[in-house]
Amino acid sequence: MTTDRRTAVPPGADLPDHPSFLWPNPDPAKSYDVVIVGGGGHGLATAYYLAKVHGITNVAVLDKGWLAGGNMARNTTIIRSNYLWDESSGIYEHSLKLWENLEAELDYPILFDQRGVLNLAHSLQDVRDSVRRVNANRLNGIDAEWVDADGVQELCPIVNVSPDVRYPVLGATYQPRAGIAKHDYVAWGYARAAAAMGVDLIQNCEVTGIDTVGGRVRGVRTTRGRVAAGKVALCAAGHSSVLAAMAGLRLPVQSHPLQALVSELLEPVHPTVVMSNAVHVYVSQAHKGELVMGAGIDSYNGYGQRGSFHIIERQMAAALELFPIFARAHLLRTWAGIVDVSPDASPIVGLTPIDGLYLNCGWGTGGFKATPGLGDCFAHTVAKDKPHQFNEPFTLERFTTGALVDEHGAAAVAH
Amino acid sequence: MTANFRLPVGGRVNRDEALRFSLDGRPMLGYRGDTLASALLANGVHQVATSIKYGRPRGIMAAGVEDASALVQIEEPFPEPMMSATTVELYDGLIARGLPGQGRLADRPDPARYDAKHVHCDVVVVGAGPAGLVAALTSARSGARVVLVDDQNQAGGALLGSDEYFDDLGSPAAWVHEVLAELRATPGVLVLERTTAFGAYDDGFLLALQRRTDHLGAAAPKDVARQRIWRIRAKQTVIATGAHERPVVFADNDRPGIMLAGAARTYLHRYGVLPGRRIVVFTTNDSAYTAAIELAETGVDVPMLLDARAVPPEGLVAECAARGIEVRAGHAVTGTEGREHITDVHIAPLAGTGHPDTIMCDTLLVSGGWNPVVHLFSQLRGALRYAPELGAFVPGEELPDVQVVGSAAGALDLASCVRQGGEAGRAASEAAGFTRPAPVPLPTSDARVAEAAAMVLWQVPEGAEPTADTRFVDLQRDATVSDVLRATGAGLRSLEHIKRYTTIGTAHDQGKTSGMIAAGIVAEALGVKIAEQRPTTFRPPYTSVPFAALAGRDRGELHDPVRITAMHSWHVAQGALFEDVGQWKRPWYYPRPGEDMADAVLRECRAARESVALMDGSTLGKIDVQGQDSGEFLDMLYTNMMSNLKVGRIRYGVMCGVDGMVIDDGTVIRLAEDRFLVTTTTGNAAKILEWMEEWLQTEWPHLRVFLTSVTEHWATVPLVGPRSRDVLASLAPELDVSNEAFGFMSWRDTVLDVTGGVAARVCRISFSGELAYEINVNAWHGRALWEALMAAGEPYGITPYGTETMHVLRAEKGYPIIGQDTDGTVTPQDLGMSWAVSKKKPDFIGKRSFARSENNRPDRKQLVGLLPANPATVLPEGAQIIESAHLPEPPVRMLGHVTSSYASAALDRGFALAVVRSGRDRIGETLYVPVADDVVPVTVTDSVLFDKEGTRRDG
Ligand SMILES: Cc1cc2nc3c(=O)[nH]c(=O)nc-3n(C[C@H](O)[C@H](O)[C@H](O)COP(=O)(O)OP(=O)(O)OC[C@H]3O[C@@H](n4cnc5c(N)ncnc54)[C@H](O)[C@@H]3O)c2cc1C
Repeated sequence: MTTDRRTAVPPGADLPDHPSFLWPNPDPAKSYDVVIVGGGGHGLATAYYLAKVHGITNVAVLDKGWLAGGNMARNTTIIRSNYLWDESSGIYEHSLKLWENLEAELDYPILFDQRGVLNLAHSLQDVRDSVRRVNANRLNGIDAEWVDADGVQELCPIVNVSPDVRYPVLGATYQPRAGIAKHDYVAWGYARAAAAMGVDLIQNCEVTGIDTVGGRVRGVRTTRGRVAAGKVALCAAGHSSVLAAMAGLRLPVQSHPLQALVSELLEPVHPTVVMSNAVHVYVSQAHKGELVMGAGIDSYNGYGQRGSFHIIERQMAAALELFPIFARAHLLRTWAGIVDVSPDASPIVGLTPIDGLYLNCGWGTGGFKATPGLGDCFAHTVAKDKPHQFNEPFTLERFTTGALVDEHGAAAVAH
Repeated sequence: MTANFRLPVGGRVNRDEALRFSLDGRPMLGYRGDTLASALLANGVHQVATSIKYGRPRGIMAAGVEDASALVQIEEPFPEPMMSATTVELYDGLIARGLPGQGRLADRPDPARYDAKHVHCDVVVVGAGPAGLVAALTSARSGARVVLVDDQNQAGGALLGSDEYFDDLGSPAAWVHEVLAELRATPGVLVLERTTAFGAYDDGFLLALQRRTDHLGAAAPKDVARQRIWRIRAKQTVIATGAHERPVVFADNDRPGIMLAGAARTYLHRYGVLPGRRIVVFTTNDSAYTAAIELAETGVDVPMLLDARAVPPEGLVAECAARGIEVRAGHAVTGTEGREHITDVHIAPLAGTGHPDTIMCDTLLVSGGWNPVVHLFSQLRGALRYAPELGAFVPGEELPDVQVVGSAAGALDLASCVRQGGEAGRAASEAAGFTRPAPVPLPTSDARVAEAAAMVLWQVPEGAEPTADTRFVDLQRDATVSDVLRATGAGLRSLEHIKRYTTIGTAHDQGKTSGMIAAGIVAEALGVKIAEQRPTTFRPPYTSVPFAALAGRDRGELHDPVRITAMHSWHVAQGALFEDVGQWKRPWYYPRPGEDMADAVLRECRAARESVALMDGSTLGKIDVQGQDSGEFLDMLYTNMMSNLKVGRIRYGVMCGVDGMVIDDGTVIRLAEDRFLVTTTTGNAAKILEWMEEWLQTEWPHLRVFLTSVTEHWATVPLVGPRSRDVLASLAPELDVSNEAFGFMSWRDTVLDVTGGVAARVCRISFSGELAYEINVNAWHGRALWEALMAAGEPYGITPYGTETMHVLRAEKGYPIIGQDTDGTVTPQDLGMSWAVSKKKPDFIGKRSFARSENNRPDRKQLVGLLPANPATVLPEGAQIIESAHLPEPPVRMLGHVTSSYASAALDRGFALAVVRSGRDRIGETLYVPVADDVVPVTVTDSVLFDKEGTRRDG
């Protein structure tokens, strides 16, 4: 009755299969050595490195919804490490190095693809900032190049580099080792590996309170009961300030919607990743062939995972300025996540005034790329009760002392 | 030659207008009014494409947007990727290609135009089926402004696919026609055809895509926007979007010739097309009986109807019997045969008695019930409820100002649909303030109503799990029942996870037919109730929307407004090159024949330092600050004191963010006790106005201050150089230009001897260190002023200069440019401007931050000058600064970077500004700048390199 199904496989169909087993679905135990709040990429990676590097396996990752269903499931997966400041290059480059071996490490086909990222410059000041960042990157040992408009066209022939457009492309920074990966595969790879080492992944379990006694954390209250914990690590991205407030901490982060979108599957036209802040849009073409795009945050604050449509319209106009060839591609799906934006556009990772409570947030629009690096450093911070060298600069106190790591002022590049 | 499946009469196609088209190189004919799909079926063509993963032939399974398999690439008249053949209106010259997976983008520019329109109304009704039509008419009769949108080329909705007898009017078409005629004749009513509402947002905001000329193909007028985005803002929203029929999953359920039963009715009645000649029907509910009966009535062979229910509806069974259709109750399709086209169906009893059988056919119609189209409601975050009697999700809560009616709310018969439509129309217009009763008589029809309850069946149970599963859940993604079971076996429980694991619902159709079935199969596999599962969220857009339509007119020149000054045409005529600064076009430099940029800038600089030069400074942001608390307000915004500025005087001011970092600078002039004019940098004008407004409105609402942007009101010309006084004097007879009478940092109003007298405000400020005047006139007179200055300056060789020269001149004097020499991490103190930070004021924005430990570190980066060892060297801007003459292995400690760098005419050498750690303490030290493979030694100097004593300022 059934005939052979398979004939030629056209491009776009050949995503690797997921493994036949991912993770069990345990009920929460009464107590854990470490409870991680938030089962996004960061929470899962932290659990993985806690188990793998520090041998701490009596760990639960609690998520209020489905695992990795927050920003991890919604981001546009741009991975790069060409940030301006030494502090940033430290942690992002650490992360990029981990990405380069992650597929083998997790034994999961995460489709990490180092296709390079171009950040376009459209004004003389963009050029100055870009050159400055390239120079800083190189002195920090990060691969970075300044390419002129012709170079941009060579790397990505569909970019309109004509001088007659509204904001001509004057050149770009290029990081060849940058790229994209498949977000679900990454999250599930970490989840599966963590679960296999004994970490409990508990879904539909919203943390509603954080118990402290005498300045020390004792556990969390959840919609599935009380869970005692020696240490609690917050990885709640857009909801970080809500969680921190449960422990009486006020965070300098604002939650904003950030939208993204995809087109239908298209024949390969876009070999790299292009980002532009002046003509605000960034685009890559995913493995299956869909164009994946995003732009800036919606300006108002909120927790509804929805944005305003005019942001999408502006972004489309920007996309067609840069890529006229996209005119008749179709918007297939839009969505939004809630991003936690800090005043200096850099993350907050480290200890808190409460013993045993650790904070990881403020990654805003750009924390996917940090997933492995953050996981490693945050696990270290939790295990040793002291920051790893790469997250040491990203303290909460810096907003009091003024030791900011201001990434938007200088290069104005997010994601 | 292709077979002819078109009935001799019937349908809403225009048989007088034949249209040529082709699929995969095969030429065919259709009629005006066809879709590509109906025209293909009329030619006996079912297979449209092959599937993405397994390359299996795929055909037309539906008649609307829910179709999951008939994907085409349009090649002519202009390439457009991935369209569903069921939604492409046929036009002459259409050339299409079956699409196996990925669409193709055109390699030439899209010549079409796109635009957008806003419309505000009391009631928007989405869907012009019976429910929507009654709702719209009821609202319209009450006097409300109504917008009715529908995605088809004609109103009628489900009625387009039926031939029931309607009232005393006869056909449904006649009733639709009457309703539409009245709507169209009612003032304030807008009926939009070919318009798909694709996005629903908060507060009655609805987005719709109107396809205005697509159906005309190459004959589309070039000057009409091809597509239009409607941005509809309505007080009330009525969603009457109907329902999509749902298939049932069985082995080999994907062959061409397998179609939804309701779609077959649409092809029959709307297009006069038969889906086949020998048709088997498989259903779980009463609705498909009508298809069987109507097709049999046209003379088609309908040998058998399989009803999955053990007890079929008696009346309908009798009607079938009368037409020679055998009804087998309790039976299901277990498989099919055929390759490009179905040839046989395998059937078997679902339970109990009976035996498997095989029946020959060329078409299999399937109905597994109906899914209400709840997409827009769900986009609004309306909660959905599982309705077990329908096997589908329906709106599960009330949303303010939104109603869902008709089949979209789960109603199954005409009477309920039109009743709900009428009620919603009345409720909506009342809520919008129109209380005039305006009942619309509700139509009735002779359509068959359901006799028996539907059965919910997601898939036909299979004995053993097949090795190569062909029970397709999502045809477009080639995802099968086994894939779903693999996902649940992997430990996945959430539908969102399963969707991602299997990719079901992620294709072009976004799971319109597959999503519900997947949820059902998952629930069965996990042994849970569907009601306990959270359906995946519906997100905009409902159907795909071309990028170009969303970009609309905001492309090219219109992408972002180009702002030009009153003197722009003069600059263009002089051959100036321009720099984009924010939205402004600013002259960058004015090359003379044979000059390159470096030559031109050196010449312009020399003119300013040696004689006289002028530039167009009109783009500087200007904000008029009025009100009795203006002084207090400005004291809070600027780091220095402004309230004690005297009328007639000018002060330079610095603005910081709350973190104490410089965000802008400019001059503040006091016009009156209660009035100031402040200037901002060109690129920051809008941001600073917003910044001021935000503080004023959110933090200091008690202050009586009013802000107005007056940037464009003025044309501004800095007149610079030792001879500037002479030039000004010759044009300003009433003005005493002497240093004593008109001192530095003061301003005067006067009348210039320009075209019969032009009022001007002249400010004695300088951004170059030279004697300079900034002349402001009404923008209207800008060009006249400019030309008068050029004429008056002629004897002195007056020279226009651009932004580059301006940058060089100010850099020689160590004046920073905010945004170039600063980057949001630089304090006024870092710039050497402690003098501009008030010690007296109790508070101002940024003050608190100056006390932070980090702000008082001795190794902060400070603005200094750099002189390359070789005077001919001009360092690249953005170069980093290090301590050693040899580049060590990374990471290399960086001390700062070059922010500005130029060749200076006045210094006769290259020089730079830079921010350097402990920079002021390093003056005199040698540092190093890596440039490409070289390391360039530089000497650190004070940031002021020219005329340190300021001797030139007063002329
Ligand atoms: C549209 C978009 C595009 C992006 N593009 C990029 C990009 O291209 N490159 C890049 O590097 N980054 C990008 N980002 C940012 C990146 O996604 C985030 O910085 C990163 O995913 C955050 O870490 P996470 O994965 O742990 O967050 P999340 O996946 O959001 O995880 C947080 C989890 O916490 C859970 N949670 C919240 N509150 C509670 C509670 N009370 N109890 C229990 N659980 C709770 C949530 O359910 C969620 O699962 C993008 C983000 C968005 C939204």
